Amino acid sequence: MSKQKLVVIGAGMASGRVLEHLFEAQPDEWDVTLFNAEARGNYNRIMLSPVLSGEKSYAEIVTHDDDWYAAHDVACRFGESVVKIDRAAKQVIGKNGAVAYDKLLIATGSAPFIIPVQGKDLPGVITYRDLDDTNAMIDACGKGGSAVVIGGGLLGLEAAAGLAMRGMQVTVLHLTGHLMDRQLDAAAGYLLRNDLEKRGITIKTKASTQAILGKDHVEAVLLEGGETLPADLVVMAVGIRPETRLANDAHLVVARGIEVSAQMQTSDPDIFAVGECVEFNEQLFGLVAPLYDQAKVVANSLLGQDDVFVAKDTATKLKVTGCDLFSAGDFAEGPGREDIVFRDPSRGIYKRLVIEEDRLIGVVMYGDTADGNWFFGLIKDGTDIDEMRETLIFGPAFQGGAASDPLSAVAALPLDAEICGCNGVCKGTIVDAIAAGATDLSAVRAKTKASGSCGTCTGLVEQVLQVTLGDAFQVSTAQPMCGCTDLTHEDVRRLIKSKALKSQAAVWQELGWNTPNGCPSCRPAINFYLIADWPTEYQDDPQSRFVNERKHANIQKDGTFSVMPRMWGGITNPAELRALADAADKYKVPTVKVTGGQRIDLLGVKGEDLPAIWADLNAVGLVSGHAYSKGLRTVKTCVGTDHCRFGTQDSTGLGIKLEKVLWGSWTPHKVKLGVSGCPRNCAEATCKDIGIICVDSGYQISVGGAAGMDLKETEALAVAASEQEAIDLTIAFVQLYRENAKYLDRAYKWVAKVGLDWVKTQVVDDLDERARLIAAFDLSQSIYRKDPWANHVATKAASYAPLADLTLEAAE
Amino acid sequence: MSWIDIGHIDNIPLRGARVVKTHLGCVAIFRTAEAEVFATSDRCPHEGGPLSEGIVHGNAVTCPLHSLVFDLNTGQAQGTDEGKVATYPVRLESGRILIDATALKSRSAA
Repeated sequence: MSKQKLVVIGAGMASGRVLEHLFEAQPDEWDVTLFNAEARGNYNRIMLSPVLSGEKSYAEIVTHDDDWYAAHDVACRFGESVVKIDRAAKQVIGKNGAVAYDKLLIATGSAPFIIPVQGKDLPGVITYRDLDDTNAMIDACGKGGSAVVIGGGLLGLEAAAGLAMRGMQVTVLHLTGHLMDRQLDAAAGYLLRNDLEKRGITIKTKASTQAILGKDHVEAVLLEGGETLPADLVVMAVGIRPETRLANDAHLVVARGIEVSAQMQTSDPDIFAVGECVEFNEQLFGLVAPLYDQAKVVANSLLGQDDVFVAKDTATKLKVTGCDLFSAGDFAEGPGREDIVFRDPSRGIYKRLVIEEDRLIGVVMYGDTADGNWFFGLIKDGTDIDEMRETLIFGPAFQGGAASDPLSAVAALPLDAEICGCNGVCKGTIVDAIAAGATDLSAVRAKTKASGSCGTCTGLVEQVLQVTLGDAFQVSTAQPMCGCTDLTHEDVRRLIKSKALKSQAAVWQELGWNTPNGCPSCRPAINFYLIADWPTEYQDDPQSRFVNERKHANIQKDGTFSVMPRMWGGITNPAELRALADAADKYKVPTVKVTGGQRIDLLGVKGEDLPAIWADLNAVGLVSGHAYSKGLRTVKTCVGTDHCRFGTQDSTGLGIKLEKVLWGSWTPHKVKLGVSGCPRNCAEATCKDIGIICVDSGYQISVGGAAGMDLKETEALAVAASEQEAIDLTIAFVQLYRENAKYLDRAYKWVAKVGLDWVKTQVVDDLDERARLIAAFDLSQSIYRKDPWANHVATKAASYAPLADLTLEAAE
Repeated sequence: MSWIDIGHIDNIPLRGARVVKTHLGCVAIFRTAEAEVFATSDRCPHEGGPLSEGIVHGNAVTCPLHSLVFDLNTGQAQGTDEGKVATYPVRLESGRILIDATALKSRSAA
């Protein structure tokens, strides 16, 4: 019997494995021709990253050398591309001639995705798929300079790390909010970013490339938004797509990849396909484990044996030395799914297990991935984890025979185990302190300093107390911020400042949040704290705001909105009133109301009309009145010396100046001011957050009034001699409130907590502190003292309209 | 099933939502993660609040009017609240959001 003729297109890891299986089973029955566009045989592509970084050489990653091909009589046509497949004649036509086949295996792999921007074809712009790309990068490193890697996925980061190890200045651009978003959640993405930044790699997320600039060679990358990054080398690693051109031309069934059956057969029974070029059950494959499974099935199908390919879960690891991450399974949230989250902020460790019906279905780990394969095994085997649930996250080491106790992990710790990393306090020291009479958290903290610095080990210290004292221990009663954490608002504010936490992901990770991305109570609070503490570094997150602040209008009970522009100090003019009247007509506003804050409210505006009505109001100079915000609302005034026979100062003028300085700022709760021109107090200033009463000798400033659920008169803060001093004291008070108060505490509640005397020392007595507060407020206002309506009209108008309108489609 | 393309996922902010108008009322499309979307009726069964305007957290949304929380997988109100919103099959393909038109037509039965 003559040998069967097998032609293989593509010498990659999958087809290499097919040949191994085939020669093992029937060493002398196949006459194989192997085409490869690359001028070399099969090598371990996964190890290109260590080659790039210099940790391995090409020789070390070759899997099939010339001797192997010779021993199995493979006709190697390396460096020759295939022109077409002639199915009728059962021939593969290569550049240097045709070859007949009985069976054909397509293993063309994948092609890198090239983003279609200007300059993509410039010399110096390369992809990262094969050894030639790797060598091109190594050559570029020899000359030094800057490299920009487009794409922060697996491949892009491996390229970036390799280039950085070879001494390049590397910037990674990533389109979405966190790195490796397909394999990692935001918390792990944040840790990965930290580690890469420590290696000197610059990471830019939400960065979209507009063009690649250069004349004869790449010189720079231009981002959307106008930033230009110098670049001597640009690596495109935005993704891959199956290489299906030959299969397409041969009229095989191709969707995203070449469609195959569970036997890896294409629509032509004599043609098989394997690897990254195939699509099976609407799934594509990029990692090596399923490719090897496919290879086994192809070999068995060629041998005439029954076998079936089943797509299994795969695990991901990043091959960057020192960045330890692992992810597997499904880690999206869902009904009946529960998370077990473990964070050890001081060591940069994050582990998250996703459990459904007593089975582990997903795992994401960062920093310590030693147990990754054990967890992956539990996922693959569908092991019932109910029995070991309490200690599951501690890994296989804790799965002894004993009944599990939530505290057993802490109880099992040796006495020299470190509990408080900041102060180097071990368990034995705490146990000794407890024995010596420290029976609650604050006593232990006072005696040992454990949990006294960053505070993230507070829970552990409490558990040591609990284990040591048993029932005699009472857990502290301080109210945690929400169900996501045991920390109080005050703790979180303090830690955001002391640990310089500048993103929500940083807060969740470093402070050990037990939910993936917070809840409706903590998200708006943390968003505010970050804005208040890092105004120039943190970017406001509208998705962490209540609808009113996100849409800059107040939602009404029927889902419509109210629109209320600012009337500075309660002053308006005929043009503004005409514009309001016209808008009320044009948008069929059902209710027009004069408010208690001396302005006019248009109630009942449809959400999708908001940008249009704002644009109309902007046209006569009207801007958002922030009637919806935890921020400055109104400055109510009387007419003062301009018209009133009792007026002592220009109260209207001062009110306008204050409103113009303070507007747009975000505060822990709403802030209302009143300025009255004489002690008759027509502006009702003494029940506002800040009230100013003008007298002959100057300005009496009082704070902490309320006229809502509570009724409270303001208390005197200071008397200012000049108008400027009155403005300075007001700003300093507002800034102190912004920096210190708990979110949703009105000024009067906050003043009651910290004491008016302390506020006076900061704002009135300490002139340096007053100046610092004013400067800090000015800096923040350089970003936030802008009209959000005009901004949304210009940049976000489309988001107010429906995503799609299916009522316009023809009815079927 | 018949899948209709209703737009690109980048047109919905992360942890945000947009609405799609249909003959039977508005459907809210939620984006809970970089590449994860859900679709439910936009109307809270309590007092008709627009769920698409709520804060999205995990795989849940909190109604902006009276803070009922709905699980986006099942449409079921969480905690001690009662009520359920209709959910619709939706999927992602190369960044495009596809919704099942057949399910939208049978909406009144949901």
